[in-house]
Amino acid sequence: MASIAGAVNDFRQLDLLAAGDTVVHRLDARAKVLVTLAFILAVVSLGKYELAALFPFFLYPAVIMALGNLPVRQIAGKILVVLPFALMVGMFNPLFDQTVLVRLGPLGISGGWLSLASILVRATLTVGAALILVAVTGFPAICHALDQLGMPRIFTVQLLFLYRYLFVLTEEGGRTARARELRAFGKKGLGWRTYGSLLSQLLLRTWLRAERIHLAMLARGFTGEFHPRRTTRFGTRDFLFLAGWSGVFLFFRLVNVSQLLGTIVTGGRG
Amino acid sequence: MSHHIVEVKDLRHVYPDGTEALRGVSFRITHGESVAVIGANGAGKSTLLLHLNGYLATSQGSIRIGDFPLTAATLPEIRRTVGMVFQDPDDQLFMPTVFDDVAFGPLNLGLTGDEVEERVHGALARVGAGHLRDKPPYRLSGGEKKRVAIATVLAMSPDILVMDEPTSGLDPFARRQLMGLLKNFHHTKIFTSHDLDMVLELCERTIVLHEGEVRADGPTLDIFRDEALLAACRLEKPFAMQGCPVCGKPFPPVSRR
Repeated sequence: MASIAGAVNDFRQLDLLAAGDTVVHRLDARAKVLVTLAFILAVVSLGKYELAALFPFFLYPAVIMALGNLPVRQIAGKILVVLPFALMVGMFNPLFDQTVLVRLGPLGISGGWLSLASILVRATLTVGAALILVAVTGFPAICHALDQLGMPRIFTVQLLFLYRYLFVLTEEGGRTARARELRAFGKKGLGWRTYGSLLSQLLLRTWLRAERIHLAMLARGFTGEFHPRRTTRFGTRDFLFLAGWSGVFLFFRLVNVSQLLGTIVTGGRG
Repeated sequence: MSHHIVEVKDLRHVYPDGTEALRGVSFRITHGESVAVIGANGAGKSTLLLHLNGYLATSQGSIRIGDFPLTAATLPEIRRTVGMVFQDPDDQLFMPTVFDDVAFGPLNLGLTGDEVEERVHGALARVGAGHLRDKPPYRLSGGEKKRVAIATVLAMSPDILVMDEPTSGLDPFARRQLMGLLKNFHHTKIFTSHDLDMVLELCERTIVLHEGEVRADGPTLDIFRDEALLAACRLEKPFAMQGCPVCGKPFPPVSRR
């Protein structure tokens, strides 16, 4: 439970960054959401052996982190947490796919190793982009943008509630787990059975809280309709941000910039 | 102004599991009164409050708020008239920021733009929480949460303020601050509480519930002087009316502050 609480705390810190006031923070949330989507699409749609073509994409996170004044270490640390999962996805590739695709002198690199590396790089890029989006926009603003972009409101409302009560729930879960631990005297308690009833307790409490929240909403005239308050403006600056980056991603996607650079540097002999 | 009146007549409520929570409760609270509903755990206080804005349906009996009997048709109007502040502010503050939360009620009332801004600004200023407007609720302290929860209700300009355990979970300073705030409201006020010292200070009238019935209803001081009644209802005198903890001498008679 402690690690979950830690993860939530990390998320909180990320959200704090969203309170910043830089050029990137001031952009319309919709522009940032769309650019992030375009980025992820471009990165994911590259072929599985195209490792070199992925590297130019690091330009985007680098520029946004610099402009948005984000702590590189903190973001990198959070990406590292996710990488083991990506590693699991691709760890058998080198065994199954042993066709040698690239030769570096005497060393032959098989397709499996290439695709594993490309999975890791892609995970770093996409997870990084998502984290950066939250850090320069803030979760509620992202939900609002998704709403404006036409996502059914029931989903945006769900997301907002999830976000609001995530902290309350983890605190409650943490307290319950601590109460168990204090009376388990270093043993595992009754093993899995205690965890079962512990979770059901948590579920019931969540249920009751949901009822109380609904009651609080009814008490303030809620009739099933959410009224968004902010009317944000999608200005020229936002349009340029969206069009510019989308163009860059399209270029990176269609032209292998790494190769191009290599050709230029070696004078076309490669 | 008859619309500040709360009239409950022979109210009964039986929960689906057969528990009789209220057994014929009647009282009438008039404009501008400040009334405490006290009683032991399980005496029916919360069940009673949940009836006052129509969240629970009566099993028997009737409720009138102002000019309207409480029915399905009058429910929206009654929910605007009766502002209810819950015990746990985490239940009440569900929007991403304090501003959004306070604006939730006015937006539901159909207000727009500047009107909403004005309402939110006014409500937050009244509870001294203007500086918190852009904060997310989970970053507030207990006292701040409570004040913002009150603001969310004030923004709907209710005529009657109903609060469940207003001072629970607050540190002495925050409690004092909140009591000062509540004293200055000129709404009709109904509080439930176990904080009898607060009741003594804020409410001129007290209703004692015991096992789903009204055991006593009268001036707060008279009720707190009746030791037999208090003992029978699992209550005791407020600390301010008990003797000095060091020498045991009774304090000089309490005068209303």
